[in-house]
Amino acid sequence: MSDATRLSVFKTYKLYVGGKFPRSESGRVYEVNDAKGNWLANAPLSSRKDARDAVVAARKAFGGWAGATAYLRGQILYRVAEMLEGRRDQFVREVQDAEGLSKAKAGAVVDAAIDRWVWYAGWTDKIAQIVGGGNPVAGPYFNLSSPEPTGVVTIVAPQESSFLGLVSVLAPVIATGNTAVVIASEDRPLPALSLAEVLATSDVPGGVVNILSGRTAEIATPLAAHQDVNAIDLAGADEQLAKELEVAAADNLKRVLRPQAVDWVADPGTSRLTPFLETKTVWHPTGSLGSGGSSY
Amino acid sequence: MTSRKPNPFEYAPAPESRAVVDIAPSYGLFIDGEFTEAADGKVFKTVSPSTEEVLSEVARAGEADVERAVKAARKAFDKWSALPGAERGKYLFRIARIIQERSRELAVLETLDNGKPIKETRDADLPLVAAHFFYYAGWADKLDHAGYGPNPQPLGVAGQVIPWNFPLLMLAWKIAPALATGNTVVLKPAETTPLSALFFADICRQAGLPKGVVNILPGYGDAGAALTAHPDVNKVAFTGSTAVGKQIARALAGTDKKLTLELGGKGANIVFDDAPIDQAVEGIVGGIFFNQGQVCCAGSRLLVQESIQDELLDSLKRRLSTLRLGDPLDKNTDIGAINSAEQLARITALVDTGEAEGAERWSAPCELPSTGYWFAPTLFTGVTQAHTVARDEIFGPVLSVLTFRTPDEAVAKANNTPYGLSAGIWTEKGSRILAVANKLRAGVIWSNTFNKFDPTSPFGGYKESGFGREGGRHGLEAYLDV
Amino acid sequence: MFHRRQEESSTGAKGCERNVTPERKLCGAEDFTSRYARRYAPLVTMPPVPKSDKPAKAEKAAKVDKADKKVKSVKTESAATPAKSPFADVTASDATLRRFLHGLPGVDTVGLEARAAALGTRSIKTTAKAYAIDLAISMIDLTTLEGADTAGKVHALGAKAVHPDPTDRGTPTTAAVCVYPDMVATAKAAVAGSGVKVASVATAFPAGRAALGVKLADTKDAVAAGADEIDMVIDRGAFLSGDYMKVYEEIRAVKEAAGPARLKVIFETGELSTYDNIRRASWIGMIAGADFIKTSTGKVGVNATPANTLLMLEAVRDFRAQTGVQIGVKPAGGIRSTKDAIKFLVLVNETAGPDWLDNHWFRFGASSLLNDLLMQRQKLATGRYSGPDYVTVD
Repeated sequence: MSDATRLSVFKTYKLYVGGKFPRSESGRVYEVNDAKGNWLANAPLSSRKDARDAVVAARKAFGGWAGATAYLRGQILYRVAEMLEGRRDQFVREVQDAEGLSKAKAGAVVDAAIDRWVWYAGWTDKIAQIVGGGNPVAGPYFNLSSPEPTGVVTIVAPQESSFLGLVSVLAPVIATGNTAVVIASEDRPLPALSLAEVLATSDVPGGVVNILSGRTAEIATPLAAHQDVNAIDLAGADEQLAKELEVAAADNLKRVLRPQAVDWVADPGTSRLTPFLETKTVWHPTGSLGSGGSSY
Repeated sequence: MTSRKPNPFEYAPAPESRAVVDIAPSYGLFIDGEFTEAADGKVFKTVSPSTEEVLSEVARAGEADVERAVKAARKAFDKWSALPGAERGKYLFRIARIIQERSRELAVLETLDNGKPIKETRDADLPLVAAHFFYYAGWADKLDHAGYGPNPQPLGVAGQVIPWNFPLLMLAWKIAPALATGNTVVLKPAETTPLSALFFADICRQAGLPKGVVNILPGYGDAGAALTAHPDVNKVAFTGSTAVGKQIARALAGTDKKLTLELGGKGANIVFDDAPIDQAVEGIVGGIFFNQGQVCCAGSRLLVQESIQDELLDSLKRRLSTLRLGDPLDKNTDIGAINSAEQLARITALVDTGEAEGAERWSAPCELPSTGYWFAPTLFTGVTQAHTVARDEIFGPVLSVLTFRTPDEAVAKANNTPYGLSAGIWTEKGSRILAVANKLRAGVIWSNTFNKFDPTSPFGGYKESGFGREGGRHGLEAYLDV
Repeated sequence: MFHRRQEESSTGAKGCERNVTPERKLCGAEDFTSRYARRYAPLVTMPPVPKSDKPAKAEKAAKVDKADKKVKSVKTESAATPAKSPFADVTASDATLRRFLHGLPGVDTVGLEARAAALGTRSIKTTAKAYAIDLAISMIDLTTLEGADTAGKVHALGAKAVHPDPTDRGTPTTAAVCVYPDMVATAKAAVAGSGVKVASVATAFPAGRAALGVKLADTKDAVAAGADEIDMVIDRGAFLSGDYMKVYEEIRAVKEAAGPARLKVIFETGELSTYDNIRRASWIGMIAGADFIKTSTGKVGVNATPANTLLMLEAVRDFRAQTGVQIGVKPAGGIRSTKDAIKFLVLVNETAGPDWLDNHWFRFGASSLLNDLLMQRQKLATGRYSGPDYVTVD
């Protein structure tokens, strides 16, 4: 059979919520075009209710994911990289389409994204040693500060860098034990929706990552105001939207990472690992071994 | 209250001498190294909460004064931030030492203006203030090693707004890390407790601190709002109520200003049946009656395992009956005055609500002085998660007692609040401490102790208790461009 | 005393009253069940290891106890054991005693010491100080326990106890003089007619390493010579090896041998080392019938400290709350200054309560402390500092 005669099979892109691939509750889709304006696919147009469902799923998954050993989280993140490597060609094609890059450039972007998962996979069991530690308090107490995940994080994914940018903001959030509700790039959602398929087959527990496509402002606004969301990464919000979301986020004092100019190819350091960590400090008395310690 | 048998060992009054502190009849704003009147000439009175005596008349900062102070801080910033870290550190060491030298005077002053017992200002507030400056002084020339990359930069002008519960200690928590990292500051103390910050201004003068590096603006909420909203402020640090914290967060949305907030709490103090009971009782008492309960990290919810509830409450009530309430300057006073009439009214209203909602109220038998603002140590029993006194921060000497049956239930109840600042765990079982500490969503966990503070130990909350940490290496981050 | 205080402390306290039913208020040891015993009831009512016929009865009693009301069981118990004890179920066997002691709430070292230190910051001035100094003088067991003790030395000590300050006859006498058994008669003569008691250490003080018979003979000897009070040492070796029953039985035996004399039980807290041990030892002593529990002999490195005394004050407070029986506390060794003594009195006042502010219930085992108290007393009277030449060296 030659290409000319075979009709290809289109993919129906779906949301990723709670480990499942539902259609939007709204029953609506929107057209996604490539960089030249050619139709690529229909993507689900997420509603407020989809956002709400995603938060429920993310909250449900939080305890288990945050409580998993850092080693296990690292293994799973590394597994994501392995799975991506196997589907490299698909992602190169999708990035090419979405961002209008040459095949070589798209390939470099996908490679960087895979390597980014590897980078963060290695961080899961090291970040606590970097940002936590014992504190030499002036008294008979053992005192230890450790980082803990903030909770459910809404991520407004970068609009331009639909895949490397997405991975660069998502991986650090879940590496530290948070769970995420991701709003994919509005115009370039397909790599994000395909990433869901990789996550679903990489042992990432359902609900740890939830991916929504649609109108960024429409989805982000209820999420920024949602009382059961603990933080929001505004990477993909424009100035006006970012401000509105930050105002809404103040209602329950969400941790807010404001949008900033980022070179997604550059070494990310730890700058995206720390914003969604809380420091917990535990005190415990030590004191003397025996009652003899207390003569006056 | 019934008449009790007179105790033959009645402690005679042991007042700390007031003469060690010389309070001027009036104070100005401290801007650019000078004391100055407010631009609009406004003043306000600060009173001693234990006697309602007017201590002094203080200039009240307005928008124009904020403008002047921020300008002075901006002007001072270039030189201050360019100083070698070691030199900045030496100024802070000087400040720490002068605070130690003048600690008796400052303790008395703080007790007069705030109403808290001299025992606390002398043994807790002042030693911690000096220690905080000493700690951050040492960081000033070691910032490269703080884990924020090479050569981390200061942010610029820090606008800082602090509460009235630990006036000088909160000032230290704000100013010490800000100066160590090379920022300059404009600080607004609370309107009911401006004096120790103004004395601190004098300490800056004695230490030879360059003009404009520290500016102090006594005033009300309007001055605080103007300061945090000022476009030339690069960093806002606020300690206070969650409601105001949210307003500030909204006001700063869309700006580049770095924000840290240290807000309210409704800390759970969890007592398991295998707790060291006598120490737990002390911890509960210290947890809620330290500083009359006007502490954001107070252990205001006692979660006691049902099987030892009666035994623990008996012990607790017996212990509360020995608390000595009265003249804050008396060295034997355990419970001082509530900071203001306004705060007293708020506590009273919440306690009334507690009673109206059916919680059982018990107050320690003690006579309250006839002048000043006082509230007897109070317990509520029969409290459930649904009661207002279990949910709202009372910020007073009022403890709500709830029970639990299992560790799971204890953790679920402890976490069932929008706040997440502090929690306590009492058990002799090590693994339970670690397991429970792990599950509690709070920034500071005290196990088999409570209300301990140290400059090396990061302090701050989860959830609506705010974000950012004060103290320790972590406390530097709030003032660095990282 | 106990009942009145219960009523006072419960006034206006609904939560409190629940636990202070009229029956409980009026009950003595008869129908009492310990709070701890209740807490650990499933443990302490387990069948004890039968040693003889007696424990078998106890077992029966325990079963009755479970089925019917505790009142009944205690009565049965009373009939079975010569000296009725509310803790019969606790002391039924090694195992039950161990379970009881290990079921006592733990002690957090840092918290305990912090509380003791905090109470040490009380500022006792003017009238309160004058009261405290006189009270402290009246609480001293003026002690000489040297190999070099002679009749002359004990005489001088007795004279000092009766008239601590020869320049001021209004000075209270000390509570007692404390000597070795062979000096009891001498001491008795020296304090005759003054009301000052004679206390004698006994039971192979200070090490306590002798056979029980020797210890009992030692005790009887001292009592026969006129001792009003016996300061015994516990067998620390037995305690540390976990043989709590031996410690208990020995105290009971000495108590019996002491007859009318009040018994002070010395734990040698410095050797027990941990606060948990001190709490356990306190309960063994109290259950066994001690009239006083005492920290130390004064012969080891660590003697009385504010923290270990605070802990023992908590023990006697809890014991009275549960049994209605009040027991005294005596810190001994290392308390040398007025300032220290006043700190201990503050501990008493704010832990056990004012009922213990009496030399019937609290003592200082000390010698050099007295002169410092006297100098401070003179200072309060005259307004100028005194010196060692103005108090007697005995």
